[in-house]
Amino acid sequence: MLDRRATFWVLYLPPLLWLGAFFVVPLILMAAFSFRADMRGEVLQWWTPTLKQYAGLFAAGSYWRLLGISAFMALIVALISTALAYPIAYFLAFRAGRRAGFYLVLLLVPFWTSYLLRVMAWKFMLGSNGVINSFLMYTGLIHEPLTALLYNRNAVVLTLIYVWIPFVALPIFAALQRIDLALFEAAADLGATPFRRFWRVTFPLSLPGVFAAFFMVFIPTVGEYVTPLLVGGSRGSMYGNIVQDFFTKAANWPLGSALSMIMLIATLALVALAVRIVDLRRLIE
Amino acid sequence: MSTRRAPSRLTGYYFGLIALLYLPIAILFVFSINANTTLSFPLRGLTLGWYKNLLESGAVLRAARNSLVVAAGSSAVATALGTMVALLIARYQFRAKRLLVALAVLPLIVPFVVLAVALLILFSALHVDRSLWTIGIGHTVVALPYTLLIVVARLAGFDPNLEEAAMDLGANYPTTLRRIVLPIIAPAMVSAWLTAFTVSFDEFALALFLAGTEPTFPVYLFSQLRFANRLPIMIALAVLLMIGTLTLVFIAERVRRVE
Repeated sequence: MLDRRATFWVLYLPPLLWLGAFFVVPLILMAAFSFRADMRGEVLQWWTPTLKQYAGLFAAGSYWRLLGISAFMALIVALISTALAYPIAYFLAFRAGRRAGFYLVLLLVPFWTSYLLRVMAWKFMLGSNGVINSFLMYTGLIHEPLTALLYNRNAVVLTLIYVWIPFVALPIFAALQRIDLALFEAAADLGATPFRRFWRVTFPLSLPGVFAAFFMVFIPTVGEYVTPLLVGGSRGSMYGNIVQDFFTKAANWPLGSALSMIMLIATLALVALAVRIVDLRRLIE
Repeated sequence: MSTRRAPSRLTGYYFGLIALLYLPIAILFVFSINANTTLSFPLRGLTLGWYKNLLESGAVLRAARNSLVVAAGSSAVATALGTMVALLIARYQFRAKRLLVALAVLPLIVPFVVLAVALLILFSALHVDRSLWTIGIGHTVVALPYTLLIVVARLAGFDPNLEEAAMDLGANYPTTLRRIVLPIIAPAMVSAWLTAFTVSFDEFALALFLAGTEPTFPVYLFSQLRFANRLPIMIALAVLLMIGTLTLVFIAERVRRVE
């Protein structure tokens, strides 16, 4: 059928060209840029490829340490938010009954409100004349504001956990909902206590959702730069912040590109790992 | 059944966590009606003055308008492209299919800071000055996966026989798409557009790199954080925008449920 073939190209070319021009080509340019020695000259002019940036990057331990710290922070955030969200998902799936839909919306409203605003709200909470400090001083528990609350890695981790919890509950909730209730009755009939039934039946069956939730937080958090920018300060910066610095303040794009490449490769490796553990096709269903 | 008994502890946990989740948002709201420019307890008094000042603040409203324009435009493009990819996935078999799907979903995975610097390099290579256009282009890329997934879900839910029936009755394929398929997936496209709109409207990580002299609202908000006396006005607008976004999200959900 000729018109079906023609329609194919009409549907195929625009997204392909758009994603090619504004997604693939930029990433290729960035990769090419990381093999440049310096910023001199035009962006598109020919240059001799050099491994200078990567050599410097591999020689300096500080970048790797920061990448490690960022991954560790992401790990903590993913673990805690998954653990905190699990009972919520369980509640929604098994205890909320007919009002589950309403409770779900109630949980998601914070997630639908502006990301920047929610992060900023924490700045007002934790700041030296913020809510927590002024409340504690008002009650007389402290006389000097606690400065240790804001502008460090703990503040970043705390804020990120807060931001992620509603989102994390979703895949766990979906996995719990898929469990056949007859299995519970079978377990009860066979004499399993509720405790045992949870650990031997419910929890193992919910693991795909738990892993999905974990990676859905872990992967984007490794590359996070906005939250540390707002509540982390200089002591709480993550790997994404040095990439940002090399493209703004420091204006060393070749090194920034090399750092960015490392992050891209690390992220893709994590995704490959996640896909092996979680069956993505089941998630999309 | 014993699973229905003793809901108290879990229910308590749920509401406790909900309270914690809403606390920072409530604080923003209090900030917007607080008479002082810093938010410290006890409050000195309440006012609606910040909302009034807002109406007289040209730069703030302009940033909000910029955000609206970028969100409306980029989500329209993202919805069109996402629908095309969705149709290809649901209705065609071809060799590069998995590659196209991977390409269209990958923007969800690539860290925003990486995509942002890559686009920055592209635009400076082409000597394109940063503007609302460059932000909008960035947003089409990150919103496309969302629109694609929403429309594909709808396409998977209706019978391809409808299309075959139309073609048996003499319609050619483009006509079938326009007269049969598009009306059926239209609600999903509206929902996709609204979702992409909220993604773009709130987006800061890309916009910070791609903004020129005209900021979107999140970028402007960020630039004003240093000025404590401007903050309550910004928060007041943010509260209004938050209400607007939530309304959109609810409409998007409704539209999807109606099907």
